[in-house]
Amino acid sequence: MIAILDYGSGNLRSAQRAFERSGSEVVVTSDRDTALNAAGLVVPGVGAFAACMRGLVAIGGDEIVRARVAAKRPTLGICVGMQILFRDGDEHANDGLHKGVGIWQESITKLVAPILPHMGWNSVEITGQSTLFDGIADQSFYFVHSYAAKASIGSAQAWTTHGEKFLSAVEDGAICATQFHPEKSGDAGLQLIKNWVGLL
Amino acid sequence: MGLSIRIVPCLDVTDGRVVKGVNFTDLVDAGDPVEMANLYNLEGADELTFLDISASSSDRETTLDVVRKTAEQVFIPLTVGGGIRSVADVDRLLRAGADKVSINTSAIARPELIAEIADRFGSQVLVISVDARRARTESGFEVTTHGGRQSAGLDALAWVEKACALGAGEILLNSMDADGTRAGYDIGMITAVRAVSKVPLIASGGAGTLEDFGAALDAGADALLAASVFHFGIHRISDVKKYLTAQGYSIRNNRIA
Repeated sequence: MIAILDYGSGNLRSAQRAFERSGSEVVVTSDRDTALNAAGLVVPGVGAFAACMRGLVAIGGDEIVRARVAAKRPTLGICVGMQILFRDGDEHANDGLHKGVGIWQESITKLVAPILPHMGWNSVEITGQSTLFDGIADQSFYFVHSYAAKASIGSAQAWTTHGEKFLSAVEDGAICATQFHPEKSGDAGLQLIKNWVGLL
Repeated sequence: MGLSIRIVPCLDVTDGRVVKGVNFTDLVDAGDPVEMANLYNLEGADELTFLDISASSSDRETTLDVVRKTAEQVFIPLTVGGGIRSVADVDRLLRAGADKVSINTSAIARPELIAEIADRFGSQVLVISVDARRARTESGFEVTTHGGRQSAGLDALAWVEKACALGAGEILLNSMDADGTRAGYDIGMITAVRAVSKVPLIASGGAGTLEDFGAALDAGADALLAASVFHFGIHRISDVKKYLTAQGYSIRNNRIA
């Protein structure tokens, strides 16, 4: 069973349907035990870094993610759900950086690009041995964001360029994340989801 | 390859049906929005836009249901515009499965609405739709209402700058002079708006020939919205994308080997 973590971050029904296409049973939940014990946990995220982090902490989601990482249970962060897995972020941060879950000790910073948000379909360049992009490394994925990670982490990475090069996906043991929205990336996105489900 | 330009078909929806003459011969029911959304997705649409032209609130409820069904079946971004007047309206649409909303008249009437929506949901959900035409304003372009028939008393470039400052995530620029003419996009207007806007720009109005699409991109558009050329089958989305690919533009190819 796959659990999509519901912490008030937008409508998750279409995400649920996209994950169901992989043939899995999918629940949208904010229940701690369900999220801890699911074969795979999806951490979505729409909006601002700090607002998402507040929502996540309010349901104990930061602890759930840390516990799953410690137990090597597969977890997938999407968009801002990827960003909040990092140490901190500077989105609308006038008084110091906003703290993230801290799985990865890097920062999320604003993209340096002439047009923001980075909105639309962009390609990926894979480094390392990727499972997520098996069969779809030449495809484009749908992005909507203005902030991103720039550091290399994990065993496989996807890189995308908009103004500058940034980390568009990462595979790091049991934890994976994508800056783009696989659930909005058409057939390529559905295949990536299927590839992730294959890891569970 | 970098960021691809986007081709965005727009469907007018009321009372759960797509209206406006539609000319798909291979559809069992040409007026079914979910079916059309599926077809455009297969054709390579990079996003979909629904324009809710409902007259009554019960029709609006039906549109919410269309958005819900589409979002559960078609996994590309979905923008919904028409009749949005409040943060609560936006909330309902996003909960139904819309990824973005497009607002026009209500933002002109009350510009603070832009900031209210951006603060609550983030700029990325908010498309500001600008119906503009050539006029004797400071920039030479003015904002109109009522489908281009009335002046809103606003300079178009000044309005775009204000909307961006308030939190617009994207600008949808509709040329009221070019709309429906199929004589080409208003290139001068796209160039002028591009120069004052740092958010993505969607051009709309006037698409006729394949060359028209390329000209709008050259003028600085990031995305191209069209309705009638696709609905009437003058061009298929796949043909537009094939043409633009051959011309060297960055286009999403959604075929998986």
